[in-house]
Amino acid sequence: MSGKKKQSEEELLNEVTSSEYKYGFTTDIESDTIPKGLSEEVVRIISAKKNEPKWMLEYRLNAYKVWLEMEEPNWANVSYNKPNYQDVIYYSAPKQKPVLDSLDDLDPEMKKTFDKLGISLEEQKRLANVAVDIVMDSVSVATSFKETLAEKGIIFCSISDAIQDHPELVKKYLSSVVPVRDNFFSALNSAVFSDGSFCYIPKGVKCPMELSTYFRINEAGTGQFERTLLIADEGSQVSYLEGCTAPMRDENQLHAAVVELIAMDDADIKYSTVQNWYPGNDKGVGGVFNFVTKRGVCHKNAKISWTQVETGSAVTWKYPSCILKGDNSIGEFFSVAVTNNYQQADTGTKMLHLGKNTKSTIIAKGISAGKSDGNYRGLVRIAKGATNSRNFSQCDSLLMGDKCGSHTFPYIEVKNNSSKVEHEATTSKIGEDQIFYCNQRGIGTEEAIALIVNGYCKDVLNQLPMEFAVEAKKLLEISLEGSVG
Amino acid sequence: MIKITNLKAGIEDTLILNGINLEVKAGEVHAIMGPNGSGKSTLSSVIAGKEDYEVTEGEINFEGEDLLELPPEERANKGVFLSFQYPVEIPGISVSNFIKTSINERRKAKRLEPMPTPKLLKMMRERMELLSIKEGYLSRNMNEGFSGGEKKRNEIFQMAMLEPKLAILDETDSGLDIDALRIVANGVNKLKTKDNATIVITHYQRLLDYIVPDFVHVLHDGRIIKSGGATLAHELEEKGYDWITKEADKKWA
Repeated sequence: MSGKKKQSEEELLNEVTSSEYKYGFTTDIESDTIPKGLSEEVVRIISAKKNEPKWMLEYRLNAYKVWLEMEEPNWANVSYNKPNYQDVIYYSAPKQKPVLDSLDDLDPEMKKTFDKLGISLEEQKRLANVAVDIVMDSVSVATSFKETLAEKGIIFCSISDAIQDHPELVKKYLSSVVPVRDNFFSALNSAVFSDGSFCYIPKGVKCPMELSTYFRINEAGTGQFERTLLIADEGSQVSYLEGCTAPMRDENQLHAAVVELIAMDDADIKYSTVQNWYPGNDKGVGGVFNFVTKRGVCHKNAKISWTQVETGSAVTWKYPSCILKGDNSIGEFFSVAVTNNYQQADTGTKMLHLGKNTKSTIIAKGISAGKSDGNYRGLVRIAKGATNSRNFSQCDSLLMGDKCGSHTFPYIEVKNNSSKVEHEATTSKIGEDQIFYCNQRGIGTEEAIALIVNGYCKDVLNQLPMEFAVEAKKLLEISLEGSVG
Repeated sequence: MIKITNLKAGIEDTLILNGINLEVKAGEVHAIMGPNGSGKSTLSSVIAGKEDYEVTEGEINFEGEDLLELPPEERANKGVFLSFQYPVEIPGISVSNFIKTSINERRKAKRLEPMPTPKLLKMMRERMELLSIKEGYLSRNMNEGFSGGEKKRNEIFQMAMLEPKLAILDETDSGLDIDALRIVANGVNKLKTKDNATIVITHYQRLLDYIVPDFVHVLHDGRIIKSGGATLAHELEEKGYDWITKEADKKWA
C-alpha cells in the first residue's frame, strides 16, 4: 500500500469515526444542551450550530413564523395522540450508537431479521455499528463512488454541505416545489430540518449508478427532520433510493421529512423508497409517526417515477406527488403499503396535470393485517389547459384476517373534455382456499402467504432496482409473519 | 397404499362422511361415483387435509403412517396429490414459479437441494408435450383468466410434474370438452405406473371410458354402498343411482 493512499484512508477513517462532530458545532454547547421545544431562539441555535449563511437563517425564521400560524391537519383517516411540539428536542448531533465488539453482541432479534433479509455480513456489521475493520471497507467503497460521480459533474452531498458549497442551487430550488407554507409539517421541517441529501445531475448526464448503493453505505442518522433536494437538469437521468430494508429502531417519535424533486426538460427521475421505521410493538405501543411531504415537478417531456414500499411506522401520512407542468410530461406512482398489528397508514399520491398531453399512472397496493388500518388517498387533477391528458389508476387492497380495515379515497377532478381518466379498484382477502391450494402442493402456510403477497405486489416490486426488490420481498414476508393462522 | 377405516367427518355439527372404508393398492385405479351431495368432494378434502372438516372417527393410513396427524403440506410432500374441482387463482405468480416452489418445497422436505433450473425446465417441456400444452403457458399467472378446461389441464400438469404416489382427481372431467377430456385422460394413463395409484371422483361415467378403473365404488349419504368392477359404472349410466340408493336407504333406515 502506498504511503499516499494510506494517508488518505486514514483521513477518511478519521472523517467517518468523528462524524459526530462533523458539523462543527462548538464545544461550549453540548449537543444535548439545546432546550426542549421550539422557539425563535431554538431556530437561531440550529442555524448557528450549522454555521449557516444569513439567508438560510432568514428562511428558517420565516418558516417558523409560518408554522406558528398553522394547525396540525386532521383530515387523514388515522387517529393518534398528537405530539406535543414543545416537548420535542429539535436538534441533536447524530447520535453515536453504542459500538459493538462483534455481531455476537447484537440483539438476537435484530440478527434474525438481518439474516432473513439476506443482508451480507459486512453490511450487517455496518448497520449494527460493529467497530472499525468494516468502516475501512465502506469508506473505500464510498470513496470510489464519490470519484465516479465527481467525474460526471454530479453533486451528491448532505444538504448542509450544499448550503455551504452550492448556495446558488439551494437558494434557487429549496421550497420551489414544496412551499414552506404548503402544510403544517413542511413548515415545521423548513424551520428545523437537521440534515438530508442534496443531489444535482448536470445537463445530459446519465447517472452511472443507482444512488441507492451509495446512500446505503452512507446511511447515518439523518435525523427526524430530513430534507432532500434532487435536481435533474435537462436531459439527465437518475435513479435514487432512500431508506433501508433493515429495521430502524429510532427513538424519535416524530419524523417530518420533505423531499423535493425537480425534473427539467427531458429529464428522468426514479425515486424509490423502502421505509421500515419502528412500527411500535404488537400491542400498539410506541413507533414512529411518519409525516412526509414528497413532491416533484416535471418540466417538458420529463418523467418522475415514485416507487415506495412502506412497511414501518406506527402512523404514516405520505403522498408522493407529481406536478406535471411541462407538456408531454409523465408521472408515475407505484406503492405497496403494509400495515400490521396496530399500524395506521394514510398514503397515496397526487397527480396534477397542467401541461398538454401529460400522462400519469398510479398503481397502489395496500395490505392490511392484524388490527391495522390502511388507507389509499389519491388526487388526480387535470387542469383546463392540460388537454389530451391521461391517467390510469389502480388501487387494490388485500386484507388478511377479519380485524383489519382498508379504505380508498380517490379524488378526481377533470377540467377539460379531451382527457381520459381511468380508475380501477379491487378489494380481496387472502382466501383460505388459496392457502389450502398451496398447502396441497407442499407449500407451507407462511410460504404460501409470502407467495400470494409477492404475486399481488409484483407490479410494484418490479419497479425497484433488482437487488433491492429481492430484499423488499423478504421484508414483506417478515412484516406479515404470523398474521394469518 | 392407502387404507381408510370407518372414516366419519363433517363440518360443524353436520356429519357428511358416515363411516367410509376403502383400500387402494399401488398400481390400482379406483373410481368413486355418486349423486350430488353424497360426500365425494368431502372425502377428497379430508384425505388432502382441508381444515374445515372435522374428523370424528376412523383413520386414514397412508404407507404405514397416520395421515390424519399430518398438516396438508406434509401429506402433499409424502405423495398425496389432489386435482381440485375448482382450482384457485393466484394472481401475479406464474405457473412456472408456482411449480418450481412446489417441487423445491417437496425436495426440501426430503432434505434434497433445489432442482437445478435447466433440469426443471426440461421436465416442464416434456410434460407439457404430454398434455398438448402450448408455449407461453408457463409464464401465465396461476389460473388467472384460465378457461375451465385450462384450469383442469393445469391441475394434471402439476400432477405430471410432482409425480405423486396417490392422485385424487376430483371431478376433473367437469368443464372439459371431449377433446380436452381425451388429452387429460391420456395424460393420466401415461403417468400410471405399478407404483402409483389413482382415485377418480366423478359424477358421470364418461371419464371412465378413457381412464378405465379397476374398481368402482358408489358413494351415498357418506357411505360406500356398493363396489364392483368397471362394469358397475356402465350399469349406473344405464339405470341411474336410484336402484342402489333406495336399497341402501332401507338398510340404513
